[in-house]
Parts: sequence; C-alpha cells; structure tokens
Amino acid sequence: MKTNDLILQTATKLILFLIVLFSIYIFFAGHYTPGGGFVGGLLTSGAILLLLLAFDLKMVQNILPFNYLYMVALGLLFAIGTGAGALLFNTPFLTHAFGDIHLPVLGELHLHTATLFDLGVYLVVVGVTMTIIQTIGGDE
Amino acid sequence: MSLLHLAIIAPFLLAVFVPILYKHMKKVHTGWFVLPLPILLFAYFVSFISTTSNKQTVTESFSWISALGIDFTAKVDGLGLLFTLLITGIGALVVLYSIYYLSKDTEKLNTFYVYLLLFMGAMLGVVLSDNLIVLYLFWELTSFSSFLLIGYWYDREKSRYGAQKSMIITVFGGLAMLGGIILLYIMTGTFSITEIIAQSDVILSHPLFVPALLCFLLGAFTKSAQFPFHIWLPDAMEAPTPVSAYLHSATMVKAGIYLVARMSPVFAEHSLWLWLIAGFGLVTLFWGSFSAVKQTDLKSILAFSTVSQLGLIMSLLGIGAAALHFDNIDPALFTVATTAAVFHLINHATFKGSLFMVVGIVDHETGTRDIRKLGGLMNLMPITFTIAIIGAFSMAGLPPFNGFLSKEMFFTGMLSILNMDFNWGILFPVGAWIASVFTFIYSMIIVFKTFTGKYQPEKLEKKPHEAPIGMLISPIILASLVIIFGFFPNILSNSVLEPALQTIMPGFAFDVHIGFWHGFNAELLMTIGVVVVGILLYLTLSKWRSVYGIFPEKLALNRFYDNGLDWMQKGSHSLTNSYMSGSIRNYLAYMFSFIIILLTATLFGKDAFAVNTENVADIGPHEVILASMIAIASVAIMFTKTRITSIILTGTIGYLVSLFFVIFRAPDLALTQLVIETISVSLFLLCFYHLPKKLTDDPVSFKVRNAIIAVGVGAVVTLIALSAHSNKLFDSISQYYIENTYSEAAGGNMVNVILVDFRGFDTMFEITVLGIAALGIYGLIKLRKTGGKKL
Repeated sequence: MKTNDLILQTATKLILFLIVLFSIYIFFAGHYTPGGGFVGGLLTSGAILLLLLAFDLKMVQNILPFNYLYMVALGLLFAIGTGAGALLFNTPFLTHAFGDIHLPVLGELHLHTATLFDLGVYLVVVGVTMTIIQTIGGDE
Repeated sequence: MSLLHLAIIAPFLLAVFVPILYKHMKKVHTGWFVLPLPILLFAYFVSFISTTSNKQTVTESFSWISALGIDFTAKVDGLGLLFTLLITGIGALVVLYSIYYLSKDTEKLNTFYVYLLLFMGAMLGVVLSDNLIVLYLFWELTSFSSFLLIGYWYDREKSRYGAQKSMIITVFGGLAMLGGIILLYIMTGTFSITEIIAQSDVILSHPLFVPALLCFLLGAFTKSAQFPFHIWLPDAMEAPTPVSAYLHSATMVKAGIYLVARMSPVFAEHSLWLWLIAGFGLVTLFWGSFSAVKQTDLKSILAFSTVSQLGLIMSLLGIGAAALHFDNIDPALFTVATTAAVFHLINHATFKGSLFMVVGIVDHETGTRDIRKLGGLMNLMPITFTIAIIGAFSMAGLPPFNGFLSKEMFFTGMLSILNMDFNWGILFPVGAWIASVFTFIYSMIIVFKTFTGKYQPEKLEKKPHEAPIGMLISPIILASLVIIFGFFPNILSNSVLEPALQTIMPGFAFDVHIGFWHGFNAELLMTIGVVVVGILLYLTLSKWRSVYGIFPEKLALNRFYDNGLDWMQKGSHSLTNSYMSGSIRNYLAYMFSFIIILLTATLFGKDAFAVNTENVADIGPHEVILASMIAIASVAIMFTKTRITSIILTGTIGYLVSLFFVIFRAPDLALTQLVIETISVSLFLLCFYHLPKKLTDDPVSFKVRNAIIAVGVGAVVTLIALSAHSNKLFDSISQYYIENTYSEAAGGNMVNVILVDFRGFDTMFEITVLGIAALGIYGLIKLRKTGGKKL
C-alpha cells in the first residue's frame, strides 16, 4: 500500500504534533474537564494512524519502533501496580491518594495517583489500537 | 503471617528461584538446591511432636477473604503432623534419589523441580488447612502438579495419556468434593473444619447429610485410586520413578485417606460411611492385589499393589468408624482397625517407597522393567537385592518387618466385623485373607523374578551393575525404617500414632502398644495360611495364570474410560461442527437472535414493559433532523453497491450519534465517540485491502432472515429504552457522584473520576480484556502462516 500524496504528507507532518500535543493535554485535563486516559490514548492512536495513512507501514515502524504488545503490558502494569501500591499503605486495593505539592518553578501542583492509573489506561489503549492496526494492516 | 504459613508457602517461594538457579548454575545438579528445603521443613515439623503428643494443637490464622468466611487457617494436630512428616521426610529422600536418577545433562531439571516443589507446597497445604476452601484449592493444586509430573516426558504419548487420565479422574472427584464442601457450608455456615466438627449433631440430622457424604467420598475415592476409579494410577506410572515413589505411593494418593480420616468426626456416625468405605476399600484391596499378579512390568505391579494397599487402609478406616456407630459393642474392638490403618499408612510409605526406588534402580541400570527380561541380578546388585527383600517381605506381611505388625492388626480389624450383627460380615475377613495371598504372590514376583533365576544379558539394553551410592542412600534409609519400625513399633505409638488417632476419633481413649507375639490366635493362623498357600500358588503360577484370560477385555474399566472419552470427543466435535459454520455472518445472526429471545423473554416475563410519557422533554427540530438523518443513513447502507460507500455511511451514523451526545451535554462521550469513529473507519479502510472487491449478492431467503433479525433487535432495544425510562425503581446514583466526586476523589470530571477511582476495578479489567483481545488478534493473524496447521 504505497501512497504518494504530497499534500497529505506535508499536512500530516504539521498536524501530527498538534494532535499528539492535544492528546497529552486531554489526558492530563481529564481529571477536571472532559478527557482522560481513554480518549487521550485514542487520540494518540489517531495521530499515528494518520501518519500511517500518509506514509506506509514500514516507514512508520521505522519512525516509531515500538513493540505495542509491550506497551499493553506496561500499561497493565501501571494500572495494577497503582492498585497494588495501596496495599503497601494498608488500604484496600485501588485506593487512590492525592495531595498538593508546591514546586519552585511549576508552582502549586495538585497530584493524584489516579493519574498513574489513567496513564496505564492510556498506554493500554494506544498499545491495543496500534497492535490491531499494525497486525491487520501489515498482513499481506 | 506466621512461621507455619511460611513453611507451607516455602516450597512455592523456592519454586520461583529454581529456574534461575538452573539457568545460571548449570554445573551443579539443581536438586542440590532443592534438597535443603524438605530437610529443614522436616526438622521444623518434628519440633511439633512434643506439642501434639500432649494432645495440643497449634492454630495460626491469616486473613484472606474473611467476608466469605475464607481464611488461610493452618492447624497442626496429630493427623496433620503425621502427614507433614511423611511429605517432608519422603520428600527429602526422593529429592536426594532424583539427583542421581535424573541426569543433569539431558533432563529438563528446572521444570521437574518446579513441579515437585509445587506439589510439596500444595500437599502441605492440604494437610494443614483448617479451612475447607483453602484445602480444596491446595487439593486441586496437587492434582495439577501430579498432571504436570506424569506428563514430564511429554513427548511420549503414554505420558500424555496417563497425565490426562489422572487429571480427568481426580479433578472430577475434586469438583464433587467442592460440592460437598458447599453442602457442609449450607448446613453449618462455616468452612472451618474445627467448627464443622463442633456442629456434627446438626449435620447428622440434616437432609443434605447423605449428599454431602457421597460428594466427599467421591473426592476421596478418586484421589486415593479406589475401585472403580483406580484406573488412573497404573497409567500414572509413566512419570519418572522418583515421582511415582513420592506422589503415587507415599503422599498424594493418601490425600483421599487423609480426607476420610479428617472428615471422620463429621460423618462416621452414619452407617453409610462405614459400609461404603469398608466395602469399596475391600473390593479395591482384592482387585488391586489380584490384578498386580497379572502384570509383567515392575512398576505396574507396584502400581496395582499401591491401589490394593490404599484399599486396605481405606477399609480399615471404614471398620474403625464402627466404634462410633455401634453403641452397644466395646469400641476398642473397632478402634484397633483405625490404629492399624494409621500404622499401615506409615509402613506402606516406608516399604513401598523403598521398593519404588529399587525398581527405579533396576530400570536405570538395566534399561528395562519387564520381569520376563530380568532375572539373576542378585549377584550383580547385592545391595539393591537386600533392600528389595526387606521391602517386599514387609509388604507380604512377614516377620520381623513392620508390614507383619500392621498385617496382623489388619486381620484383627477385619475379624472384628464378626462382632457386628451382620450376616455377610464373614466376607470381610475372607476377602482380606484372599487379597493377602495375592499380595504375598506379587511381593515374591518382584523379588524373585528380578533377582533370581536365569540371568539374560542379551535381553537387557545396558550392562547392569550396582547403582551409585547416592542412589542407594534413600532406599537404604527407608529399608532401615522398615526394620526399625518392625522391632520397635512403639517409638511411633505415643509420638505419632496416638495424636493422629485422637484427631480421627476424638472422644476415644487410645493406648497403643504394638507387639509381635499374641499367642496362637486367629490372626497368626491366617498369616501362616497366607504364607503356605502363597508359596504354593507362586510355585504353580504358570499353571493357573490363564485365569486372567477369562475376563473379556470388553468389560475392562479402561476400555470403558477410553470409549467414553472417545465418544465425548466425537460427540462434542459433531455438535460443535453442526453450528460452527466458520462464517462470521452466521455467528452474528446467532448472537443477535439470542439477544432478541433473551431480552424479550426477560422484558415480558418480568412484566417490565411500560410506557410513561411523564417528565419527557420537548423534542426540538434539530433532534428530529439528526434522528431522521441517522435513519436515512442506515437505510441507505442497505442499498449501496460498493463497500466504500457503506463504510462511509457507517461512519456517518457514528458521527451523527456523537452529535446527539453533544446536544445532551455529554462532552466526554461525544469526544470518545468521535475519535472511536475516526479510528474504526480508518481501520475499515486498512482491512479494505483484504476484503472481496464486490459486495456479494446473497439469496433472498438469507436477506429475509437477516432483515427479521435486524428489525427484531431494533424493536427490542427500543422497547427496553422506553421501559427503562418509564420504570424508575431506584433513586439515580448520579446524586451520590455529584456529592462525592470532589470531596472523596478530589476530581472535577465526574465521568473520569468514576472510571479511574469509583469504578477503578471495572476499568482495570476492561483494559485487561482489551489487552487480551489485542493478543488474540495478533495471534490469529501472525501465527496463521507459520503454523500452517488447520485448527
């Protein structure tokens, strides 16, 4: 599936970063405003998918040489690890902790372990979507 | 977590490190790393003897699923301790033996020792758990590790067959036992054995008593290879010999006996318990010893011998239960049977363990176990021969070995049945006597066919010589125990036997004194009879061997098992083939039809259908437009001629639905729906390449069927949506989330907080499912080409 579409390729190079940045924003914003790990992950996958449509599969694999199945595993580890971490503090599985921290440059930060859990969701979603797309798309 | 729990878990912990040690310390036999553990555990459990012999018990609890009454409660009492000593003691000897038996250059030692440790931990768990569910868990784990060990040489077809057979039969029994456990829970409301025993009066009068009893006996009989479930044990002999010595003679197969002994205080009052156990035990005893004589493979002889000896112990436990059942007869008449059972349990472990190791040595040194090829090894392997004599003579019940003592007690127990007012009681001593004659014969076969007679070096694969000293240590220790327990049986009486008996039959006084000489009583005469008739029959074996030809092969239990398995496989295959057409369109039709039937039945069966138009918002023009656009797009799909159009139209529907979410102010849903739609349309485009160019033109009947299903699904979903709105049975949960999202979870976006916090468990499993789905797709597509095998 070799494509040679100059307009799409040029536009993709620019739009790609916008989508990725937006997906990262959406991921972090999810705690207070619409968004979260699931949508964030899907948006990132969408960005990679766009790259895939504009260029070919081989090239995308060279640019992003991830084994997406490992990403799924890593995501699951994050999610389960966050849950299991609660056990260390003698609280039930998946109890989250949160608090405010003041950092010199960044100022007042509101930190929450749910973000780590959400990061797991994000990684799993990206991993799963890209695994499916790569295996089906790469099947000759 | 206490030290006791740690002792049970220690084998599992070590099992984690075994593969690492195996990989990085290739030069040292992995067994040397494993060996210290059973020795340490043995020493640890020996320290409990002083406690249990004072009729004390040690209980340690570790909270696990307390809400369901499932806690990992470990309890050391006389019975449990006896078994732990067997498990760790024989375990240490077997590991030592295996170091010399299994070559470190050719065998996969990492898996072997992992499985062995898995078994050791599981077995310790079985005998030390006070909680029935935990016991069940460990119980199945022993079946599982036994399966793995039987199939250790998995490239041999017979190993796989034996492994599967043992798994099917023992797990079947295990599930029956789980049923019994649940029934006991229904009766008593607890899983704790101690508490259940305290309520034995309640259980005895409960209508569920008999079903529970039968379930437990199924579990015990399958595990301990009682007739007719014994057929798995001879096939389990495909396992490496150390495994046969350990699991399939000394420990795992005795788990059934353990269960019977453990549950005796609950069930033994009922006559059914007595007669079933004694009856099945006696039949097993006879059938095992009778079949053993027929075998030509040394391990098969030992396998049937184990079946027979397990039957012996089982029947003794059954008769011992009579002490509880008959109030007007002196209980001491029957408790001697229980004493004999426990004593023989120990003796059997010693002499059978040594015999298995002897057979292993013979196999290792000559390359065969066939008694037709063996013979005259006495001069070549003098030490092995001596051990074999001790083990086999003890098994045959000859003095001065421990087998003689327990055999005499066994006859006493069997004769005690004559005290009951029971017409057929005479069958028990007679059956026991005949079985003992056969036991005598096969014991002689093992020794004399292997070690005396004509030496036939041309039939042997290797040139035989005495085994290395390391391999001999373990059987020598066991053989010495055979002699020591024979001469000084009373070192066991107070320390091990009495506490164990106290656990099996609480409330009876036990004062165990085992002696050789009781005068010329019936038991001694029976033994003399066994020896005389046994020698005669052994010498004339070739003349009456044809007896075994009388039984038609068709009636054999193995044939029944094989045919049953074959029939089930064929049956399920044809059943599956009848509806698994391989066409996804058909599968979707099944699923949707099922959804229609299930949902309509529930909706109208529960009388839940209702239409209520109160509190309904006005329908605005933009909503009408959106809905009609969706409808138009859906109808248009049906009339498209090219695939690309239908893909785009499907995408259109998705985007329109996301607009609905926008109108109803659900930004999270709208966002997700938009992205999902984009990705799935792109995915469709990727698959495009693989799909046929043209949409197929289906027959009309197929289209009509699909149309009916489609309309049906649409109608059902609409009806449910209407009813769901009209029936508000509970307050909406949203108020709870509105109130608590910020205060409890410190978040502003309720949807996301529900996903990651309130319902985090759901999300965790959902992403797990996603991961599994990705693995499935990956496997389906990637492995299709390399395998090339049609599933």
